[in-house]
Amino acid sequence: MENMLYVNSSPHIRSEVTTQRLMLDVIIALIPAAFAGIYFFGFRAALLIAVTVISSVGFEYLIRKVLKRNNTIGDLSAAVTGFILALNLPPELPFWMAIVGSFFAIVIVKQLFGGLGYNFLNPALAARAFLIVSYGARMTTWTRPFTTAADIDSVSLATAADIDAVSFATPLGALKEGSNLPELMDMFLGNIGGSLGETSALALIIGGIYLIARSVISWHIPVIYIGTVGLLAWIMGPNGIFTGNPLFHILAGGLMLGAIFMATDYTTSPMTKKGTIIYAIGCGVLTMLFRLYTNMPEGVSYAILLMNVSVPMIDRCTKPARFGGKAHV
Amino acid sequence: MAERKKSFSVLLNGLIKENPTFRLLLGMCPSLAVTTMAKNGLGMGAAATFVLVGSNLVISLIRKIVPDKVRIPAYITVIATFTTIVQLLMAALLPEINKQLGIFIPLIVVNCIIFARAEMFAQKNGPFLSVLDGLGMGAGFTLAITIIGSVREILGAGTWMGIPVTVNLFEPAIMFILPPGGFLVMGFLVALFNKLTNKKDRNAECETGCGVGCPGCSKAVNGGEA
Repeated sequence: MENMLYVNSSPHIRSEVTTQRLMLDVIIALIPAAFAGIYFFGFRAALLIAVTVISSVGFEYLIRKVLKRNNTIGDLSAAVTGFILALNLPPELPFWMAIVGSFFAIVIVKQLFGGLGYNFLNPALAARAFLIVSYGARMTTWTRPFTTAADIDSVSLATAADIDAVSFATPLGALKEGSNLPELMDMFLGNIGGSLGETSALALIIGGIYLIARSVISWHIPVIYIGTVGLLAWIMGPNGIFTGNPLFHILAGGLMLGAIFMATDYTTSPMTKKGTIIYAIGCGVLTMLFRLYTNMPEGVSYAILLMNVSVPMIDRCTKPARFGGKAHV
Repeated sequence: MAERKKSFSVLLNGLIKENPTFRLLLGMCPSLAVTTMAKNGLGMGAAATFVLVGSNLVISLIRKIVPDKVRIPAYITVIATFTTIVQLLMAALLPEINKQLGIFIPLIVVNCIIFARAEMFAQKNGPFLSVLDGLGMGAGFTLAITIIGSVREILGAGTWMGIPVTVNLFEPAIMFILPPGGFLVMGFLVALFNKLTNKKDRNAECETGCGVGCPGCSKAVNGGEA
């Protein structure tokens, strides 16, 4: 009898969407890019992905144990972080550096700030930035697709000649040096130098379409981010305004990977649609400023990290008005 | 007996309970800038301790002569005198460390720790206690920045006090001796320090007795309930 009058508090509408399911969708969406990376850079790419995923999940398990919190490896978010981190690394990076990256992403950036939903930066990107600052030479040693590079670990990176023997400029690196640029078709398919999972725009777009179709992400951030980069690339061309090649900048570097998989992280992107648009435009503008006017070839990771930390500010400025209330700002 | 106990607690105050770097968060600039090596931390800490003890002593001696309105310029003159002394001493005796610390030795003049102790302690207490406070605060500062320097040097250069520790085993993460590493290590050490010393704080009474406003009080109130 008592049960008949039982009314619990809201929410009354339930959905089948769980964190685990969302994360599984992201993993599925990353698979084409991972396959492209393995296809172009060989078996070691697969090993690198395995190392970061396993170490990320392991660190998540251990740190939750140490901090006496409940076990969260089942929600797959650590696996996603490890997966994305691997796609951000050069294919021949020593494994122990990748493990250090996983540690930084999971323990420092994610769990010490409270775990999933509380990280103030995208963990994988923060780990990439950490590795780039710490191990600059290794993190910018790119290998030519289809050459297994005769085990780069045995080559000491002591002299410039050694680095030249195995290295290969990324399209943006080539642009900075003024050397020959690769064909746009190669850049679209991924037959260029770069991080493991960033080279193949085609594979990343397939993953992005899957995510949008599954409503895991909305189209706003990737499309506006990439559109801003293309527009600015066209305007700020090398021979005066409106002479740039937007396609080159859209396909080069980590833009696709960043715009589709990392800028769209729920925790570190704004809550409102208006905020999202500001955020995506900001990412695009910063990316192009870094690419064209600094001495770094690539700026996607720093652009997204900078916009990550400004998300609380954007959220505050775009807070919608309460019904009948006054608008903020 | 009570007198001796009080001087002892004044001396220990700066080490943990009011550690200038980890608790009061004073003197952040040298704490971040010179701590790329443990040795630098030690040198900087020793120089600051010398100035702290000297200025605390003199300021507490002249505290009744100096009119309130001009106390800041008067204190600055005292602190600047001791800073000049330590600067010349270091240039003569420890030229290597002096070179490493560079501008941060003359900048001890405007170090907040020294000013804070002059205003908060030496101005209100006798010369003996003020010297003890300067010693304690200086030791706390030295301890803190030596720890920061050690962590950054071991992780970022693989050495400690210049002795190789891990540098031959693997490539050190040079980020830790660059500015971002300074902020990172600092932040996590402050968090760790507060976590480790928090238990004592829960039962502590708010000394200033200011009601609910100050962090000390709110902590005591919350901690009492928890």
